[in-house]
Amino acid sequence: MPKSAPIIKATNLTKLYDTLKAVDGINFQIEPGTCYGFLGPNGAGKTTVMRMIYCVTPLSSGILEVNGNNVMKRMSAVKRGIGVVTQDDSLDYDLNVINNLLVYARYYDLTKEQAVRRADELIEFFQLGEKRQAHVRTLSGGMKRRLQIARALINKPSILILDEPSTGLDPQARHHVWAKCHELLEQGVTLLLTTHYMDEAEQLCDKIAVMDQGRIITEASPWDLIKSEVSPYVVEVRSDEQTRQKILTAVADQIDFHEALSDRLLLYTADAIPLHAQIQDMNIPVKTLLSRRASLEDVFLKLTGRELID
Amino acid sequence: MRVWQRNATVYKRTWKLNILPNFFEPFLYLLGMGLGLGAYINQMEGIPYIEFIAPGLLISSIMWGATLETTYNVFVKMNFDRIYDGILTTPINPKDLALGELLWGATRGTIYGGAFLSILFLFGMGLHWGILLIFPLIFVIGFMFATIGLLFTSMIKEIELFNYFFTLFLTPLFLFSGIFFPMTQLPEAVQMIAWFTPLYHGVELSRGIFNQIWSVDLLQHLTWIIVVTLLNTYVVLRAIHKRLYN
Repeated sequence: MPKSAPIIKATNLTKLYDTLKAVDGINFQIEPGTCYGFLGPNGAGKTTVMRMIYCVTPLSSGILEVNGNNVMKRMSAVKRGIGVVTQDDSLDYDLNVINNLLVYARYYDLTKEQAVRRADELIEFFQLGEKRQAHVRTLSGGMKRRLQIARALINKPSILILDEPSTGLDPQARHHVWAKCHELLEQGVTLLLTTHYMDEAEQLCDKIAVMDQGRIITEASPWDLIKSEVSPYVVEVRSDEQTRQKILTAVADQIDFHEALSDRLLLYTADAIPLHAQIQDMNIPVKTLLSRRASLEDVFLKLTGRELID
Repeated sequence: MRVWQRNATVYKRTWKLNILPNFFEPFLYLLGMGLGLGAYINQMEGIPYIEFIAPGLLISSIMWGATLETTYNVFVKMNFDRIYDGILTTPINPKDLALGELLWGATRGTIYGGAFLSILFLFGMGLHWGILLIFPLIFVIGFMFATIGLLFTSMIKEIELFNYFFTLFLTPLFLFSGIFFPMTQLPEAVQMIAWFTPLYHGVELSRGIFNQIWSVDLLQHLTWIIVVTLLNTYVVLRAIHKRLYN
């Protein structure tokens, strides 16, 4: 079966701010109906990529096509096909919940009846019924985010762009947002999100591009990334420096690779149980010894470094 | 247009709260200036002082109304409430947005002017057919000052800088555009400068219409206003585009 044409296609996409290369010649393709995630530390260029897709930032060079339309040439055609949830809350605080939706519908030239019908559907879908007439200021963080997503869906877009959708939300609200995202995927909407939460990327994304300093370092499904970039399991040892050194020498031939952090030793392996047992049997004092599955977080930190990024 | 509608939707909710001052302001000016000063200055250029200043004050009220809208209100929407960030993800582009705000600024100017005018009618001023010309003029002047306010807004990054705009630009305009005394009172150099400023031409037009002094000068003033408004619209749309699409 031939693969369906990509819904978003970037070729050599570049954005320069003066001399700073915010996005440095990246290529990617997104299949319709999938969830594609951009993962990366702050300043990696994720948001700039999003902004170029929804046409508020011009490209410095390269080609970017959304639904077959060039973003530099057919701006309004592109914008009509997408819904955007920006990173900062951009709700209209001068309006109440229902009017946020209705006024937005007007920007897409929906008729009054269409707008009301669609707004009612969305209010129900996002469980905002009780807050219909409420002022935006009175909503909780989770409700605001839901309203923002609802608003982004007012024109029934084929692509929904979410720039850090769950930043600042409590766990319940995050899970609610994710559940809604899954429902949207089932409806055939293509999701495009940026995040620096690994669990979010693991939960939602079919494919992930890890970005750092304007480049895509690697691109794969979450599980493939873990398999290819790190090993399936990690044994973490927390102890004094000397002990760690001793352990490392003892197990060196049984691990795929290790990371020595300031306070911990991470041992990557295909099978954690024998390794764990061996360290226990050494009978030396360790503060903590734990085995776990490797996560995207390990991939992320390995690829983008562990130093703080400001 | 959609952006104009958005502002209208907001205004529909708040107008009852903020329209009253629009009526009180002219009332207070006319009482304070007209009756207070008017007691000492009986006539100015052959007409009662209160009637001399009223047409100019009308135009200045449009100026304040329109610029307030496209300075502080636009700045807050752009930089603090981040409303434009949302709007620009929709098919609205920066130029549509700017045009919508200009039209809304003109509308607010017209509301200020309309309120002022209705008070003047109450005082029995301008009750003649020629006054019909003042209605389109009010809107055009509102639009002109909306473009001036928005141009300043497109250039600044800090809201405090509006103080300069209001104190060093609008206040001198208010005082030296022939509202309170004829321009011929001022040195010729100042009169020359005044010719390059927007309020002066509006005041002259308004006074001509109120007092039914139909001369070619009025057409000159009107041409000045239209040319400046069109040029400034062009410049300001480009400036906002540059500011919001980068």
